[in-house]
Amino acid sequence: MRKTITLEVNGASETEEVEVGMTLLRFLRDRLDLTGTKEGCNEGECGSCMVLLDGRPVNSCLVLAVEAGGGKVTTIEGLSKDGALHPIQEAFLAHASIQCGFCTPGMVVTAVALLRQNPDPSEEEIRSALAGNLCRCTGYRQIVDAVRGAAAAMRAKAAAPLAVSA
Amino acid sequence: MSAGRSVGRDVPRVDGLDKVTGAAQYTADLKFPRLLHVAVVRSPHPHARVLDVRTGLASRAPGVRAVASGRDFPLHTGIYLKDQTVFATDRVRFVGDPVAAVAAESPEAAAEAALLVEVDYEPLPPIFDVEEGMAEGAPLVHPDLGRYEVVPWIQPKAGTNVCNHLKIRKGDYEKALSGSWRVFQNTFRVPQVQHVPLEPHVSVARVDLSGKVEVHTSAQSPFTVRHLLAACFGLSHGDVRVHVPYVGGGFGGKAGINLEPIAVALAMRCRGRWVRLMVDRHEEFFATVVRQGLSATLVTGVDRSGKVQAQKMHYLWNCGAYGGYGVNIVRAAGYTCGGAYEFPNVWGDSIGVYTNRPVGSAYRGFGMQEIHWALEQQMDRVALEMGIDPVEFRLMNCLGAGKSTVTGQVLDEHAGRVDLCIRRVAEEIGLDPARERRPYRGKGIACAVKAPAMPNDAASSVVLKFAEDATLEILIAGIDYGQGLMTVAAQFAAEALDIPLETIRVKGCPDTDLSPYDWQTVASRQTWATGNAVLRAASEIGRQLCETSAEVLSVPAADLTLRGGHVVHEPTGRSIPLTRLVMGYQFPDGHAIGGPVAATTSYLPEGLLFLDPETSQSAKPVAKWTFGAQAVEISVDPETGQVTVEKVAACYDVGRVVNPGLIRGQTYGGIVQGIGTGTMEELVLDPKTGRALNASLMDYKIPSTEDVPTVMTVDFVETPQKDGPMGARGIGEHTMIPTPAAIANALFDACGVRISEMPITAEKVWRALKEKEKVRCRTPLPCRPLAAGPFSAESLARHLSSLPVPARTVALLTGIPRGNGSVDSVTVKWAHGRTRALVGTLRSGDVREVAYQPDVAALTGLGPGLTPTGDDLLVGLAAMASRLGDAGLVDPRALRAYGGSLGGLASASTTPAALALLGNAANGLYPSVLAAVVESLGNPDVQPETLLERAARLAAVGAHSGADLLAGALALALGIVFPEEAR
Ligand code: FES
Ligand code: FES
Repeated sequence: MRKTITLEVNGASETEEVEVGMTLLRFLRDRLDLTGTKEGCNEGECGSCMVLLDGRPVNSCLVLAVEAGGGKVTTIEGLSKDGALHPIQEAFLAHASIQCGFCTPGMVVTAVALLRQNPDPSEEEIRSALAGNLCRCTGYRQIVDAVRGAAAAMRAKAAAPLAVSA
Repeated sequence: MSAGRSVGRDVPRVDGLDKVTGAAQYTADLKFPRLLHVAVVRSPHPHARVLDVRTGLASRAPGVRAVASGRDFPLHTGIYLKDQTVFATDRVRFVGDPVAAVAAESPEAAAEAALLVEVDYEPLPPIFDVEEGMAEGAPLVHPDLGRYEVVPWIQPKAGTNVCNHLKIRKGDYEKALSGSWRVFQNTFRVPQVQHVPLEPHVSVARVDLSGKVEVHTSAQSPFTVRHLLAACFGLSHGDVRVHVPYVGGGFGGKAGINLEPIAVALAMRCRGRWVRLMVDRHEEFFATVVRQGLSATLVTGVDRSGKVQAQKMHYLWNCGAYGGYGVNIVRAAGYTCGGAYEFPNVWGDSIGVYTNRPVGSAYRGFGMQEIHWALEQQMDRVALEMGIDPVEFRLMNCLGAGKSTVTGQVLDEHAGRVDLCIRRVAEEIGLDPARERRPYRGKGIACAVKAPAMPNDAASSVVLKFAEDATLEILIAGIDYGQGLMTVAAQFAAEALDIPLETIRVKGCPDTDLSPYDWQTVASRQTWATGNAVLRAASEIGRQLCETSAEVLSVPAADLTLRGGHVVHEPTGRSIPLTRLVMGYQFPDGHAIGGPVAATTSYLPEGLLFLDPETSQSAKPVAKWTFGAQAVEISVDPETGQVTVEKVAACYDVGRVVNPGLIRGQTYGGIVQGIGTGTMEELVLDPKTGRALNASLMDYKIPSTEDVPTVMTVDFVETPQKDGPMGARGIGEHTMIPTPAAIANALFDACGVRISEMPITAEKVWRALKEKEKVRCRTPLPCRPLAAGPFSAESLARHLSSLPVPARTVALLTGIPRGNGSVDSVTVKWAHGRTRALVGTLRSGDVREVAYQPDVAALTGLGPGLTPTGDDLLVGLAAMASRLGDAGLVDPRALRAYGGSLGGLASASTTPAALALLGNAANGLYPSVLAAVVESLGNPDVQPETLLERAARLAAVGAHSGADLLAGALALALGIVFPEEAR
């Protein structure tokens, strides 16, 4: 069975006819060619396929495309704007948090959701937020450092105009 | 004007932007027109004869474009031993062995058609364990072993399950063993584990109408894939083209050839169409390769000083169903069997055994984590039983300049310094032998060493060329699957040519038609091999630039240098920017010289020599050794057995740190992968069906953010590697080698239990703790720790003068047999002498367990009875030593050394009951009747009547045990408090 869905992906409205059984992950990768979102397990265990659905981080391999209909999806491709990186992306580069890079998009997306909710997370809070994102390469140390670093940078930026006016 | 130093700087990785934005394309991200999807028909049996494969129904199923199966592809492949065909032909050898495959228009159509392939099997008895595989008359996994093609330095044994056997014979092992003061033998095991790269294996292939083969694949070694594809399809290398895009982790699992032959076989059946084979996470666990299992028995003979004189290693490797790549792990483990130590006399056998398990292959460390699991625990056990601090023991025996490895290679002064690594991590974790102990917290250490395991002619090459704007392009065919090769290649070039890093582009996703040759990305060899090739190419480019400039400036080329993107004539300061040189220099009159500047160079390790086939002796079997050590601090939950790694310190002698951020990442990543295999991971097969029972990420856990220590300290020694690029040597694999053994050693330190079979799971620790508990309960007398209380010499004198001492006790104290019911005179003399010697050593405060060992050994089992006299004396001494220790009269470290020598006694030395008592005493637990007396002696608050009563109760224990225990306690009290009288 097929169904037509309309949803907003990285700010652009997309209308497509899809099989009702198609996952959001397949939809993003195969229909929209947004291959930054990775498939590591297709069973909700690795976090490589993490995207934001209406601001919440979800494993896109566990969500049907039709369920996402009418919603707003942000993928890794939607985080940088015309070459300008999101502060979390900057921090991943600065902290050497990337190795093979396969987990990176999912990690960054999860971190974006975390910092929106909690701009000043502790080490423990970061670890628990990222617990569903597996990485086989880095040992996580530099990833956690990057998220802390990004949080600090984002807070400093948010506070800056106040500091100037004060 | 200088571009500044690049090597040693923390520059961000050059492929970082691709990866952090989602731009980086991995194999599954590539788009192909009208792509076909593959489903593989796999054996459900661990071992069976294949009688017939019928594909007719499948090939007529909707959407199917091609079906391929065994007999059509009879050629064998395998990198060192050609023991595998594309599909099983006459027999299947593990659950998952491919029998046929289908390519169809959709994954669903392929999966459905695969169910229509009919296979007739005749099940055969399977082998899962190496011991079974080695047994006389065991079923043969490869009856044709003798007919397989094999490289000359791998030695399979036809008619057996042995796919390789490497022997190390150094010195005279037998003689050294018989001359050893003490000998230790232990067995350790490692199960098969999975690599679990985040990107599962995937390969895409097309055979065009002219017959040329093109492959895009997630692989570590594009040229090896090409080489082996050509071999197994009988093609010219020139007609096979392999592309490797970004790779999402490999860890050795993508080192050889994997899915590519199946994709190509199908592509041959539907020419012109792209065919993609992508395994899912479930298949990834057992149908791709895994790490080999190991069963290792080690024998160590030491002299009195604690120097190892004789060392035997017997390794049985569980290679699984095919050994094409794994046979070389067997070999590498053999010539590295001495680890980081110098053993003068060695007998080593490293034997690869075929079984009906998933295929064993390369895994980060190439056998080294497995053998270090055994060796580093063995070293710890020997050290502790010898009463030598494990750090000290390692330093006494470790390799260094002038020392010789198991192959007889003598290390020179350029070799890495494992001694420094040991000292640094020991200090970082606080492995001071006098450290304060806390229950269920422990510290441990392990060393690591590894050399690149590769053919002696394994080469890397590079192309350096300029674009018109003087952007330097570096073509490599080593794969950067995270370790940072692209970045370090750029750093080396930037440094050598003194150009800004931003003007360099590394083309890191090779294409065998266009890229320079590279053997493989394995063995921690790329920074070193490709790095060397880059430096050579840079110097050739520099030569070309200077030659042209010399002509332009009319100066000798020798006076020219490269600086900040210019060729500079130092004496005059005149210079030419590279932008005017890289495509050739044009003079004002229009004529031009030079030409596009470029260089192709390679690096091949120099002077490597084969191992002797019988003894494996060789003066230079490998290109380089990287040494290191890790120490850990752990805590154990006694309720659950859960081990938590609190802190890890790692130190390696890497020759030169090229990029601090990247090398730290390699180290953190290795440590955590080591914690994974060390404490969590094991691929479990159903012992009946041979099927993997935990083939999902839900059932096979790898470390997540919540399983890893937050404190990891990383440190490096930089003893330059003579033939390394700017001194650098490999490090990628080494970081996970020592971790599990260090944890195992810390576990013993924490709670006195040893887990010799990886992984150290909570369940195993819990069981071991329970087992230990049981041993305690089996003591003939209930035991408890001593209660603290005041002590004074005056009270002790008063107590002693009023205490009626049994004749037997007096005899033991004086060494003169007397009265009836006394001990025989020989026992009395011996016991008296040895007890006095021990008292003397304790008084001297000697902190080395070895100092106590001979006398303890002489006393254990001495005399008759359930608990022989000698053992009772030892326990009595221990209790009193503990009391005097509390009173500050015995050095607590000496006390520990003495306790250690009691704890290390082997079961052979005395009766089980005595052993239990001694074990308790080593842990600070003493028979309650004895404890009551010892607590009273010298305690001014205890009335003489109370003491009398307690002493009588003690004296009544057993036939003579009570008197003997009392003798031990009194001997020490007298010897320490009144040394003059005692004599
Ligand atoms: S691919 Fe979705 S969680 Fe692994
Ligand atoms: S960087 Fe490779 S999985 Fe995280």
